[in-house]
Amino acid sequence: MIVMDEDDCMVSVAKFYLEFTVGESCGKCTPCRIGNKRMLEILTRITEGKGTMDDIEHLKSLAATIKDTALCGLGQTSPNPVLSTIDNFYDEYVEHVKKHTCRAKQCKALLTYTVNPEKCKGCGACARNCPADAIMGDVRKPHVINPFKCIRCGMCQSRCRFDAIHVF
Amino acid sequence: MEVPQGTTLLEAGELVGIEIPTLCHIDLKGTCVKNKPASCRLCVVEVEGRRNLAPACATNCTPDMVVHTNSARVIRARKTVAELILSDHPNDCLTCPKCSDCELQRLVMRLNIRQMPYNDGEKSERKNEVTAAITRNMEKCIYCRRCESVCNNVQSVGVLGAIRRGFDTTIAPTFDRMFKDTDCTYCGQCVAVCPVGALTERDYTDQLMADITNPDKIVIAQPAPAVRFGLGEEFGLKPGTIVTGKLATALRDLGFDYVFDTDFGADLTIMEEGAEILDRLKKFLAGDKSVKLPIMTSCCPAWVNFYEHNYPDLLDYPSSAKSPAQMFGAIAKTYWAEKMGIPREKLVVVSIMPCLAKKYECTREEFKVDGNPDVDYSITTRELARLIKRANINFANLPESNFDSPLGESTGAAAIFGVTGGVMEAALRTVYEVYTGKTLPRINFDEVRGFDGIREATIDLNGFELKVCVAHTLSNARIIMDKLRAGELDYHVVEVMACPSGCIGGAGQPYHHGNIEVLKARCEALYAEDEGKPIRKSHENPDIKKLYKEFLGEPLSEKSHHLLHTHYFDKSIK
Repeated sequence: MIVMDEDDCMVSVAKFYLEFTVGESCGKCTPCRIGNKRMLEILTRITEGKGTMDDIEHLKSLAATIKDTALCGLGQTSPNPVLSTIDNFYDEYVEHVKKHTCRAKQCKALLTYTVNPEKCKGCGACARNCPADAIMGDVRKPHVINPFKCIRCGMCQSRCRFDAIHVF
Repeated sequence: MEVPQGTTLLEAGELVGIEIPTLCHIDLKGTCVKNKPASCRLCVVEVEGRRNLAPACATNCTPDMVVHTNSARVIRARKTVAELILSDHPNDCLTCPKCSDCELQRLVMRLNIRQMPYNDGEKSERKNEVTAAITRNMEKCIYCRRCESVCNNVQSVGVLGAIRRGFDTTIAPTFDRMFKDTDCTYCGQCVAVCPVGALTERDYTDQLMADITNPDKIVIAQPAPAVRFGLGEEFGLKPGTIVTGKLATALRDLGFDYVFDTDFGADLTIMEEGAEILDRLKKFLAGDKSVKLPIMTSCCPAWVNFYEHNYPDLLDYPSSAKSPAQMFGAIAKTYWAEKMGIPREKLVVVSIMPCLAKKYECTREEFKVDGNPDVDYSITTRELARLIKRANINFANLPESNFDSPLGESTGAAAIFGVTGGVMEAALRTVYEVYTGKTLPRINFDEVRGFDGIREATIDLNGFELKVCVAHTLSNARIIMDKLRAGELDYHVVEVMACPSGCIGGAGQPYHHGNIEVLKARCEALYAEDEGKPIRKSHENPDIKKLYKEFLGEPLSEKSHHLLHTHYFDKSIK
């Protein structure tokens, strides 16, 4: 049993474990060599907000087959994190796919950074530190983040002294 | 059901008529060609009481076992595994050389796969290569590892193996080198067992058709002994159908100007090699300690490559005689060309071979005169079948015809060149009669026949006991060569064929798909052809006698040495 809090995204956790098994696979049997790679690709898609409900079904079916057919212990256990997170945290998967949100705020591609104009003092700290040059605004006036330029690095949030940067 | 101990679920299934699908498994029973890594996971079955599915190829039957080979769980797993294989496969079946002969294609049809749900993922990128003999198209590889097993266990060449790991695994020579930079002998047995189109022969059919349609070229065909016992299979005829007459007609219909026979070259080989055997034996019996014995056959080009790469210190032992195909080429482009008044550069000699190494052999510099090769190129039995199909020739209904004269006349001794032990038997027929001056009491030498890896026999030559040995597959050849190097070999003549069962199991023949019965049927047909020939000893071939009288003089004459013998090179990788 692994204990985690609400800051951990269950899809990302499954992806993390699978990255390990994909890296460790020896490449001998088909389910582990290709199956785990495909599961990882699907999980990556979901964490990037590009997943579909079909993807979740494919994950379930792949996981069951890999567990059933892989040659060694590594392959036979590699789908466990996927199966267990789908079983216990199915809602989180659906949220990623349908709402394109990650409640644990771990899936960067799904995050949106905005400036709360009521809190923003227009100090410019965020804009000066933004590596993507995505924040604009005049001094002492509320700033604005360009979502197309934003790389979701979180730098603005960490530099804001007025708690004006919101993430959702 | 009851089965002997050690029977796998796959074999048990076969016994009761249940064909469990497999991709990686191959077992050419009675030979050492075997691969059961249990890696494809398509043969999985449900065993009651077992947590996961069991691979039928690697799970032995146990008492009171209850097995389900077609439960929903099993079928779903097989389907998903096949879909995964397809997700890392080019799926360009329409233009794939293996189309309609592909085991993956057959499996996908059988599993009724209509969608490829995982195909938007990353595909493996692999190094491909086109050598003179073998084409590697490794993105088609499904990692069954059959080629690896054959290259390492059957041929002991050890060129192919898995490199890298996980999704990046590839089957290739160490450090992802090219075949040309390795000890590859081009035996092509990797091609013979590849279930998909990853390893195929280099295709020369377009070049051949260009030459045939070129009015400035005279194109002559020479099909090898083994071709006529395999070609029919490509046209739905049952294995072991002899198609010698149809083959000659088909070659003429394709547009070859002259249709001769490599069997003529085989008879010639026996004349030269037989004379060499007798020469060395004579010296040996006269007490000459420097004479190199055993003399080894040199007809098999993969075997020649093998000892050039691995035994450069023993290059004096093999006979210096060229292979039958090269002897034929040398004679066609000299004796016959002069006779017909055809300039060498107008002549295109094409060999039709059960072999891939022959393609490589054609490119050897020592077999060229001013850059013009004795045999221009070599096509396989399969390539010939493709040409015949493309030309709308109804092969099964073709009338029979004879080969052209004079390079088309052959004996039963030449026919049996196509099987392991055949060259030895053909040589013994001639050596016996020339050495003893007596007629053979029985023509067949059953002691050198069969599919055992290494066979020994002692032949009584007027009181002198001639010890002979026949080996097929290069791992058996390695055993013999290692003994020779250690000075522990006590034979006078050794025959080696690189392919399991000899040329009938060559890499250019129609695919056997792991069915030993196919090879056995070809073998029986070959001996039947020999039995049916009016002349069964090479030295009695009238056209061979004429060739010596008109042109060569006698075996091992200066002209023979110049045209029919070769020398070997140290090709070991330093």
